[in-house]
Amino acid sequence: MTDPILSIRNLTVDLPKGGDRPHAVEGLSLEIMPKEIVCIVGESGSGKSITAFTTMGLLPKALVPSSGEITFDGRDLLKLTPAEHSKLRGRRMAMIFQEPMSALNPCYTVGNQIEEMFEQHTSLPAAERRARTIRLLDEVKLPDPERIYSSYPHQLSGGQRQRIVIAMALALDPALLIADEPTTALDLSTQAQILHLLKELREKHSAGIMFVTHDFDVVAEIADRVVVMQHGRIVEQGSAEEVLNRPRHPYTRLLIDAVPRRTRVARDSLEGSAEMLRVAGLEKTYHVKGSMFRPGRTVHACKDVGFAVRRGETLGIVGESGSGKSTLVKCLIRLEDPDAGQVWVEGEDIAAYSRRALHPYRKMIQIVFQDPYGSLNPRRTIGDQLVEGPVNFGGDRAEAMARARELMKIVRLDPDALNRYPNQFSGGQRQRICIARALMVEPKVLIADEAVSALDVSVQKEVLKLLNEIRDRMGLTVLFITHDLRVAAQVCDNLIVMQQGEIVERGSVDQVFGTPSHAYTQKLLAAQPGQDWEVPDVSKLPPATGVMGMGGLA
Amino acid sequence: MTDTTASESPAMTLSKAAPKEAPLSPRQAMVRRALRHRGLIFGALVMGIVIFIALCAPLLTQYSPYDQDLLARMKPPVFLGGEPAHWLGTDALGRDFWARLAYGARISLMIGLLAATISAVIGSVLGILAGYFGGRVDMAVTFLINVRLAMPVVLVALAVVALFGGSLMVVVSVLGLLLWDRFAVVLRAATMQVRKLEYVAAAEVLGASLPRVLWKDILPNVMNHLIVIFTLEMAHAIILEAALSFLGLGVQPPTPSWGLMISEGKEMLLFEPWLITIPGVALFFLVLSINMLGDGIRDVTAPEGRN
Repeated sequence: MTDPILSIRNLTVDLPKGGDRPHAVEGLSLEIMPKEIVCIVGESGSGKSITAFTTMGLLPKALVPSSGEITFDGRDLLKLTPAEHSKLRGRRMAMIFQEPMSALNPCYTVGNQIEEMFEQHTSLPAAERRARTIRLLDEVKLPDPERIYSSYPHQLSGGQRQRIVIAMALALDPALLIADEPTTALDLSTQAQILHLLKELREKHSAGIMFVTHDFDVVAEIADRVVVMQHGRIVEQGSAEEVLNRPRHPYTRLLIDAVPRRTRVARDSLEGSAEMLRVAGLEKTYHVKGSMFRPGRTVHACKDVGFAVRRGETLGIVGESGSGKSTLVKCLIRLEDPDAGQVWVEGEDIAAYSRRALHPYRKMIQIVFQDPYGSLNPRRTIGDQLVEGPVNFGGDRAEAMARARELMKIVRLDPDALNRYPNQFSGGQRQRICIARALMVEPKVLIADEAVSALDVSVQKEVLKLLNEIRDRMGLTVLFITHDLRVAAQVCDNLIVMQQGEIVERGSVDQVFGTPSHAYTQKLLAAQPGQDWEVPDVSKLPPATGVMGMGGLA
Repeated sequence: MTDTTASESPAMTLSKAAPKEAPLSPRQAMVRRALRHRGLIFGALVMGIVIFIALCAPLLTQYSPYDQDLLARMKPPVFLGGEPAHWLGTDALGRDFWARLAYGARISLMIGLLAATISAVIGSVLGILAGYFGGRVDMAVTFLINVRLAMPVVLVALAVVALFGGSLMVVVSVLGLLLWDRFAVVLRAATMQVRKLEYVAAAEVLGASLPRVLWKDILPNVMNHLIVIFTLEMAHAIILEAALSFLGLGVQPPTPSWGLMISEGKEMLLFEPWLITIPGVALFFLVLSINMLGDGIRDVTAPEGRN
């Protein structure tokens, strides 16, 4: 039995007074062996990132570890001075961040930034540093390392940047690698490649990896062991196989139960219902004007897009970033004017209407955006924002307020919350408010633009359920834009897959997932993490026990 | 730090919308934050005193700021051995210095407020329109800003005042027309940022008219910047007025203005330094308090601080 690389015992980190709980992390104990990937799973606010930051010595000043010890290399990290800790960072332990753009300095070439690691911690000659850097770039499978070496971060794609960050982390063969949601900001196919790369690298470098994530599919894909956290405490830990398939703690079960199934909930047939929205030949190109120093560019964001949706139908639009989903949405709600094509809503082609003529049709199509924090005006009360729509369409304010109260009940929020400001609500609650706001004007078509992507799984489940319920109750037509295939499979009736502005595949969910015909769809499906893992039916497991992993709720 | 920013109750307690221990209304919470902000309290206090003095000047002194008493010229203030009848002394024409200071506060405050208001209106309209529309509007506004920035404020003000004569209204309008650049620059940038946010898109989708979007969604969210710049420019205007008056081109004697008082005292600088120090210190504290007040208001009203 080898010794663990990292062992955390009874770690408690205090939150500043006045927080929603006294400790960010409480009585946390875990161990990481060489060549082992330990996934820390939990929803936002569970303390998983704090654990990672404490280990790295990067805690914000307001947070103080009050007790416990973190043993690494035979030393207690909590007793190190900041200078000693910083010597360990990079050399013995390294970190991969979520956002690869902000983790790299845009002023230096990536080669320079990797070399910096050698400069800081070793006394290698310049030629050797360069050679090692090139070798690292090759190792993280970047094409043409020489060219990449002298590129700046903005010249690389998100996936490539994340590889650079990984190369930096690996530069000095650290014994411990901490990855904080390293694939959350990446596209599906890029995520698959990065996960694969990480698995390969831990074999080669025999490092232990602490992998912080919220995504159970990713856990299923790479974890050896899983630690589940809630409210700063570990509620369950064990081997990946054990925790994923036979979760024991009620909270773990709740989380796993919230993971969308890949199978669709059977619904009544939509045969015979009237067509609600029809799009034909929609085109949109963006021209980026050239200047003296660079040539102009034309981006074809939507190419001949056409589809039809029936009343009560949920149409999923799936694609990676840059596939033209967002442009399509903007053209539908007429935040952008399409170059060509028609958009029929209830038999009216609104695509070419002027702003003024469009006004009465605005309320036909409403939208719920992705970012629950950006889509509500922080300076206006919820009630004020809810009545905005009806008032704009000539409604009576008091009447609208009554309807707002009713809708708050429908989205399961307290109607008395109408005079509060958005910051007093959590992400999931804000998303409900956004749904209520869209419903205020009684739209025919609701567009959910990545509406649940930013939410925790359990919250996501609630919001999805709510959306389904509202659709059935009000006979809404829903356009569900997402990059998450699991979610798409669960809520949509039909799917279209977009790539580079074109629809490459369309059909019912079962057709698209079961027998994909286009190469791109096949690639997307193959890139999904955790495909071997079948989400267990929690209700069929033996009754939940409060058994903790070691050091849980002591 | 994804974890600490979004403190989400994991299982979504549905009917409870409020965080557990926040029975405070937003306004109460803001008042509480304001009371804890030392800079704000200091600024508000000093500012309040100055406003009080300005408003109640006739009640605070029995002297008129214009009455000369050549028999009682250049009496030193009490703390330099003067008589309690003129507690801040008298100036070279025997006018009560306290009366001139108190009435002068009116002029300084009025010039600061009016000039900053004119600038704020011009600058924010230009800045918000440029930031919201972009493109040609932005180009035109940027051009205007550049033209304005190319003009040296003091020089232009001097020239205009020399041409039209120095009255209070001329000084106010000249300063108002010259100090809008910072409003325009900052609000343009702030608007560009806010414009991209989804609540603006949501309002448009909900059929809000353009003026409504600008008024309800853009303006309140760039208000922070507006307030801070307002205080900066108000202080700036007060100082510029003092400078113009000092050069003899601002408010004309015998109107009591702090800048004019400093100007009139400069001949006696070596013999009776308090003639300059007293209005100088008053000016210093007024400008300082305005700036602290502005910073304080920004800190207290920022939505990020609402938690």
